[in-house]
Amino acid sequence: MRQFSYEKASDPGAAAARAAEVQGAKFIAGGTNLLDLMKLEIETPVHLIDVNGLGLDTISETEDGGLRIGTLVTNTVLSADARIRRDYPVLTRAIAAGASGQLRNKATTGGNLLQRTRCPYFYDTAMPCNKRAPGTGCGALTEGAFSRQLGVIGTSEACIATHPSDMAVAMRVLDAVIETVTPTGMTRQIPLEEFHQLPGDTPDQETALLPGELITHVTLPAPVGGRQSYHKVRDRASYAFALVSVALIRQADGTGRIALGGVAPKPWRRTEADAELPNGARAVIARLLDGATPTEENAFKITLAERTLAAMLKEA
Amino acid sequence: MSPAINFELRRRTFIAGTAVAAVTVGMSRKAAAQTAAPVGAESTTVFLTVNGEGRELTVDNRTTLLDALREHLQLTGTKKGCDHGQCGACTCTVNGTRVNSCLSLAVMHDGDEVETIEGIGAPDAMDPMQTAFVENDGFQCGYCTPGQIQSARAVLDEIRAGIPSHVTDDLTAEITITDAEIRERMSGNICRCGAYANILAAITQVAEDQA
Ligand SMILES: Cc1cc2nc3c(=O)[nH]c(=O)nc-3n(C[C@H](O)[C@H](O)[C@H](O)COP(=O)(O)OP(=O)(O)OC[C@H]3O[C@@H](n4cnc5c(N)ncnc54)[C@H](O)[C@@H]3O)c2cc1C
Ligand code: SF4
Ligand code: FES
Ligand code: FES
Repeated sequence: MRQFSYEKASDPGAAAARAAEVQGAKFIAGGTNLLDLMKLEIETPVHLIDVNGLGLDTISETEDGGLRIGTLVTNTVLSADARIRRDYPVLTRAIAAGASGQLRNKATTGGNLLQRTRCPYFYDTAMPCNKRAPGTGCGALTEGAFSRQLGVIGTSEACIATHPSDMAVAMRVLDAVIETVTPTGMTRQIPLEEFHQLPGDTPDQETALLPGELITHVTLPAPVGGRQSYHKVRDRASYAFALVSVALIRQADGTGRIALGGVAPKPWRRTEADAELPNGARAVIARLLDGATPTEENAFKITLAERTLAAMLKEA
Repeated sequence: MSPAINFELRRRTFIAGTAVAAVTVGMSRKAAAQTAAPVGAESTTVFLTVNGEGRELTVDNRTTLLDALREHLQLTGTKKGCDHGQCGACTCTVNGTRVNSCLSLAVMHDGDEVETIEGIGAPDAMDPMQTAFVENDGFQCGYCTPGQIQSARAVLDEIRAGIPSHVTDDLTAEITITDAEIRERMSGNICRCGAYANILAAITQVAEDQA
């Protein structure tokens, strides 16, 4: 790990200004992703700004009947909140399907959204990777590389990595909005839909955040009801990242919303695919994954997504 | 009729000279490091309460909570397995909550209360969970055991606190302690010796005794 200096932030606006001013500075929240990557020198911040003292650790009700989640609310606390369990169960289900009890106790809301990909070549510093070292090529697309876990849609010639978060998939189906404070002290609202960027030619540019910009909250609109479920398919029953995951909200009349995890560089949702829900799994996935470009190794994810959804529709 | 799912296989791109690319990676990272440098002290003094005792220590900022416990406070009961959050050997509690001490920095815990395996019992005065592990043969080599025991105690508290898990059926009802609940909640603790069945028996015994 590289040497770094450390400070505790006490005000969100000041923290954002400081992060923009100090070259090579990064925020640290739970630390469960950042420290992992710092040990491998994939992340090499020279200054850490600890945001744990900012407050921002409560869940409050909004005027329009939704919930406003402070960025420091841990995954455990969020999944166990009685209002979330009752009104947004897909979110509880998605969080509980991710990581381990110990990790969820530490992982924060903002940190979870900003966790980086689990692409094995991103982690292997001896390999080329356009995300980790722009311009070096994509290790996952070289001859003989393993791409089984990687993305099938929204990817590019430069990068086929997925976004690994389970929580974000549920938040996408719930139309969550991210609130931030910028280094100049302005607050912004970014719909989750626009938050994670597709890789294109610049896979190192992952989100809509400006340098130094701090996530303060994530807001959920008023509950939409329906039957909510999250189904995660992985190589072992627990404590593994998704091959494919499906977040589903289904209303009594057969309409609803769907988002996929494990297939794209962001939680994957298309409203035109939502509209196909009354017509069954094949119709939905045909719209949702239309134009996919899987590798030979991960083309199975398309079939797996369809079958997972089919099983869920049968249950609901 | 079901519509077809329209997709096209992505072709692999051939990168000439992977080794060259890897070298460039190293160079570009070094170049970046030269332009930015720490802007303050590289070590920090923190005050921790460990197993009820106040401890002040000055650590390099890079020191994890795990290394602070093991290397600075000589509390080697907490183990290092993977150092990356993947095995649970380093599990201890901070302010009553179980965490992976390998993925946390000591400097982030100024003022916190840490409890390690040494704090929950001793050979002549064992915690009920320690006794249950012994009685049920909940280990072979014992390396994962401190982490397993720390997690096991926390798991029962988390169930009692109504924190749902991946296998909880009804999110609004009281959670019952079942084998499936215990297994799922213990999945962050890997045992290379595969003592899982006996670990489950030990935890179940404590849960029943406490009921
Ligand atoms: C073994 C293992 C298994 C895992 N399995 C899963 C899984 O199955 N599913 C899953 O979804 N996740 C999984 N995770 C990932 C885990 O969920 C994330 O590590 C965690 O959510 C990150 O949150 P954190 O608060 O610890 O982030 P940190 O590590 O503190 O931060 C992550 C990033 O976010 C930035 N950041 C943090 N807070 C803010 C803020 N307020 N504003 C701006 N930037 C901020 C940091 O600078 C950093 O770049 C796993 C992790 C491990 C180690
Ligand atoms: S898929 Fe993306 S993250 Fe993985 S090696 Fe290629 S560029 Fe890097
Ligand atoms: S040493 Fe911390 S989880 Fe393995
Ligand atoms: S007893 Fe040997 S690793 Fe668990």
